[in-house]
Amino acid sequence: MDWFPLFNSLRIAGLSTGIIFFAGIFAAYYIAKAPRVLKGILDVVLTLPLVLPPTVVGYLLLRLLGPKRPIGAWFLAVFDLKLTMTWWSAIFATTVVIFPLMYRTARGAFESFDETLAYSAQSLGLSNTYIFWRIRMPCCRQGILAGAVLSFARALGEYGATSMIAGYTPGRTATISTTVYQLWRTNDDALALRWVLVNMAISFVVLLAVNLLERRRTGRAERGRQDVPVRGN
Amino acid sequence: MSLSVEIEKNLGSFHLRAAFEAGDETLALLGASGCGKSMTLKCIAGVERPDRGRIVVDGRTVFDSEQGIDLSPQQRRVGVVFQNYALFPNMTVLQNLRCGARREEDKKKRERAVRQVLERFGLQELTGRYPHQLSGGQQQRVALARVLVSDPQILLLDEPFSALDSHLRFRLEVEMREVIRQFGKTVLLVSHDRDEVFRMARSIAVMDNGRIHRAGPREEVFAQPGTRAGAVLTGCKNISPLERLLDGRVRAVDWGMELEVNDDGRAQYLGIRMHDIRPGGGENSFLCRVVEEIENPFSYTLMLRPLGQEDARPIGWELDKERWRQLRGEQVEISLPRASILLLED
Repeated sequence: MDWFPLFNSLRIAGLSTGIIFFAGIFAAYYIAKAPRVLKGILDVVLTLPLVLPPTVVGYLLLRLLGPKRPIGAWFLAVFDLKLTMTWWSAIFATTVVIFPLMYRTARGAFESFDETLAYSAQSLGLSNTYIFWRIRMPCCRQGILAGAVLSFARALGEYGATSMIAGYTPGRTATISTTVYQLWRTNDDALALRWVLVNMAISFVVLLAVNLLERRRTGRAERGRQDVPVRGN
Repeated sequence: MSLSVEIEKNLGSFHLRAAFEAGDETLALLGASGCGKSMTLKCIAGVERPDRGRIVVDGRTVFDSEQGIDLSPQQRRVGVVFQNYALFPNMTVLQNLRCGARREEDKKKRERAVRQVLERFGLQELTGRYPHQLSGGQQQRVALARVLVSDPQILLLDEPFSALDSHLRFRLEVEMREVIRQFGKTVLLVSHDRDEVFRMARSIAVMDNGRIHRAGPREEVFAQPGTRAGAVLTGCKNISPLERLLDGRVRAVDWGMELEVNDDGRAQYLGIRMHDIRPGGGENSFLCRVVEEIENPFSYTLMLRPLGQEDARPIGWELDKERWRQLRGEQVEISLPRASILLLED
């Protein structure tokens, strides 16, 4: 069994998760503070890829990045670089598709953050940078990590947009999901089943991780709220 | 040390307009929730910006809309203890206190200050605990220690006891008064609890709907709350609209009582505290039927209606258990002393 699709899927998912981890947090932090109208508009625009069919995302990406399209043609002319049909082309697709997942979970985490913590930290003279990295981020850590894990899982399973922009070339651009489709199409049922099992195993582990993170988060929040009986005050 | 505030801010549902001053004393802002008192506090701390006005802390202008001054909360040196204490949940008690001391640049001095405050508040045993592992009282102590180690020029306390069980409150109030006494500078206390406010502060400003209704020494504010909202907030439970009669007396519309009062001609309501009503004849006396007898742990509250006024809303009278046992009956004569009647504007 050739393990390249697994390796390729993992590196694509890993890299795109890395990108959206920072981009999602950045967007969530600033949009949570934006005025209401702007917030509403940006929210819709940034969440759109979550509800669009991946093929539509793929189509739109091809319209931008294809060798004869504005951005794609420019890269080809200036850097002699073709943006489609390479293994890393898939990163464009997965990044766009999973960004909303990260953005939304991070925003939820930031919005449930108790702003009075930031207020009192400011009054104590702590810098805003310190407050962000040492108080806000640790308090929102579980939500943000859960978002990242979920995004990673989604990136691993991305098929539609990926197959359109990176195609299926065994040993070059094949991912688990495109491989399963190809194997099924060519009637290689046994191998297809193996890849399905691999995929399910990974998804299982990922969802388990998300659940554990979620449980720890709610557990901590509840403990924080309850009134501990007074002992020898 | 001192504090001078004169700010305006549009809050959508109402307009906040607060102006007051305080010296080296505790000033309390007394108001119901949502009256703008917490917003006032946040404006002083610098985490909310007023639309207009001026805030001077200890002779230093920290906000002035005309001069374009708006210092950051970090620069203001205003210590705040929030209602929920706002301890950083991801840090231990020791780390929380170190956060308070970070303005001090010399590391040795910083550690010394933290150690001193640990000792002073008896927190040595708790240094390694996280906020969620502390009782409400311990949390409050850590919050106070943290704010004091940051060496603020004034101290703002936002409903400091509301998160605590009532049996704890009294003890922590005693501790808090001691802390305030040692602090020795301006303290602004925000609360909706009239008893707490009276015990903690010499001066009181009554706030309602974004406006300060009455400010002054606590005895004066309680004796003459001035407005209906002020009377309610200082705990007056009997309040009725009034009508002026031709003979110079007034009619308490709700209670069906005609009364002699020291009318200033401006009041639209009158009130009398439940314990200011006296038994027997005298000024403004009425024979009343007892509508309901409510037993409290240490007193009785009687709901009374003057004879022949069957549509009237009953007036409440609170008196000692012993006294009521002597007077008890279906009917009772009461007197509303002229000096105890509060004349109130809307």
